[in-house]
Amino acid sequence: MSIWEYANPKKFMQTSAWVLPWAVGLTVACLVVGLVWGFFFTPDDYKQGSTVKIIYLHVPSAMMAINAWVMMLVASLIWIVRRHHVSALAAKAAAPIGLTFTLVALVTGALWGQPMWGTWWAWDPRLTSFLILCLFYLGYIALWEAIENPDTAADLTSILCLVGSVFALLSRYAVNFWNQGLHQGASLSLDREENVSNVFWVPLLVCIAGFVLLFVTLVLMRTRTEIRARRLKALLARERVA
Amino acid sequence: MVIGVRNLAVARGGVTVLQGLGFAVAPGEALILRGPNGSGKTTLLRTLAGLQPPTAGEIDLAPETIAYAAHADGLKSTLTVAENLAFWAAIYGGPDIGPAVQAMDLAALVRRRAGELSAGQKRRLGLARLLVTGRPLWLLDEPTVSLDVASVALFAGAVRGHLAGGGAAIIATHVDLGLPEARVQDLDPHRVRIMVRDGFDEAFA
Amino acid sequence: MRALLLRDVRLAMRTGGGFGLGLAFFLILAVLVPLGVGAEGGTLGRIAPGILWVGALLACLLSLDRIFALDHEDGSLDLLATSPIPLEAVVAVKAMAHWLVTGLPLTLMAPGLGVLLNLAPAAYGWLVLSLLLGTPTLSIVGAFGAALTVGLKRGGLLLSLLVLPLYVPTLIFGAEVVRRGAEGMALGTPLALLAAISLGGVALLPFAAAAALRVNLR
Repeated sequence: MSIWEYANPKKFMQTSAWVLPWAVGLTVACLVVGLVWGFFFTPDDYKQGSTVKIIYLHVPSAMMAINAWVMMLVASLIWIVRRHHVSALAAKAAAPIGLTFTLVALVTGALWGQPMWGTWWAWDPRLTSFLILCLFYLGYIALWEAIENPDTAADLTSILCLVGSVFALLSRYAVNFWNQGLHQGASLSLDREENVSNVFWVPLLVCIAGFVLLFVTLVLMRTRTEIRARRLKALLARERVA
Repeated sequence: MVIGVRNLAVARGGVTVLQGLGFAVAPGEALILRGPNGSGKTTLLRTLAGLQPPTAGEIDLAPETIAYAAHADGLKSTLTVAENLAFWAAIYGGPDIGPAVQAMDLAALVRRRAGELSAGQKRRLGLARLLVTGRPLWLLDEPTVSLDVASVALFAGAVRGHLAGGGAAIIATHVDLGLPEARVQDLDPHRVRIMVRDGFDEAFA
Repeated sequence: MRALLLRDVRLAMRTGGGFGLGLAFFLILAVLVPLGVGAEGGTLGRIAPGILWVGALLACLLSLDRIFALDHEDGSLDLLATSPIPLEAVVAVKAMAHWLVTGLPLTLMAPGLGVLLNLAPAAYGWLVLSLLLGTPTLSIVGAFGAALTVGLKRGGLLLSLLVLPLYVPTLIFGAEVVRRGAEGMALGTPLALLAAISLGGVALLPFAAAAALRVNLR
């Protein structure tokens, strides 16, 4: 039994139909526990007051904004190398979700930045990188929408995703080089010494798990929709011919 | 044999339009593809030219043998006739443009810009391009569109000259070219009437 | 391949229009910015490196869609794809032709516009050098974008959207070189990075662009 069997759309639809309810349940559980815990049962920060609690939305969505692009990159590579349609459609399905996470990260960041730094927006390296990431998502989605033939669209967007990934990394370093920013360093790392303190850390981890699950659930749902749309188009085309 | 095709299937926009094609063309031979509009003549020629992959079957073809001429002639309107031809001659590292100009009766026009030519004259220039490629196999898509009777004869003469020199040609057309010696391949029996999408769309069926 | 380069340059010269437009745009920008920002020399001098780089970038953007679109419309692209020249080389040569008729003239024009914008005297050499190293990236990245959108109607807007984020590193390093040059700071790092992106782009992007063209010609 090989993992590629799941690239068969029929098999994918069966498996995902079985996985989906569990994924939805786990997502809701994690998000409810993480957010309620984070919002209501953690102390206010001694400097930042209650505004610190936006971290439970801001950090996970920022992480997922990047992870969604990485997932699209992997899916694009699978399409280019093995030409599994489900993979291409999964990449297509993930893009608007990634864009949404990017926007959530930017908006929550602005809401957090206003009381903390006294400004909604600063041309800080992290903020700028996310703005550029936002443009990458927009371009990718626009290219999918612009091309009619689904295989052509899958090929071209995959190429764009590969080249875009390289340039996204370059931009990240370029932006770092360009301006040293206000933004603090990573709030999470495996080295516990550097982390935000324990009371915030555990609910944050739960929230991150919730966002990962949310992403997986949404990608599964949207991929299923894309497959059905594709199937519908084929049926309609056949009806026209017959 | 210049080109051999076995059990070939070609697709347009993800839909297979022709299947089970098999033919071979020897040096000195011309093959005429016949079929109604939409039967896949252009798609077949583009596949043979290597612009798109076949969905099934094999094409036996030595590299660097084909010269492809599509509906559009690929002429630059701001360049003169001579410049247009010289460009393609340089690209193919082919022979001098003189004989091609003579063969297509373009001598009086060499210094005119391609944009000032009539449709038939442009077509003749497009066909003259084939002569400067020096390639043995011509793939021609409706080569006589907008040519008058005299020019069609001119074109037939050029094809004959090419065949006599050991060349070969595959020509998609539905008009009489005045090439009675050419073999005719009817595409109609190979048309796919039931719609067969690629494997992905059939995976649920 | 020399024939293709000569043909593209000759076509650009004869048709004028699209490529001349970029230079005109660059000039207009350099004249309008002082009118909008104010004539105070200090402010102008400070923003001049950025304005000149952004101007060159936008001017370049104007003519990108012509790299492949014209050849696609008249059928030359199909014929080039079946010709003995590999498609990767076609991309590289056409990008180079684009650079010769936009990037290079923009580079040569930039010092003159620097005078209008009150650029610091120390920066002129660096301005020319950074544009000389950076504009080839603009052309080759543009050729990649043009290859992605070649079959599309109204591809121009999409092309700009696709290419814009890809231009970010070049713009940052390019403008940084000129800014540091103007302030007399060390600029080895951004200059080296600018050159590295150019070399990497010229070496690798023709393959990506050719792959995109093949897909579009299918």
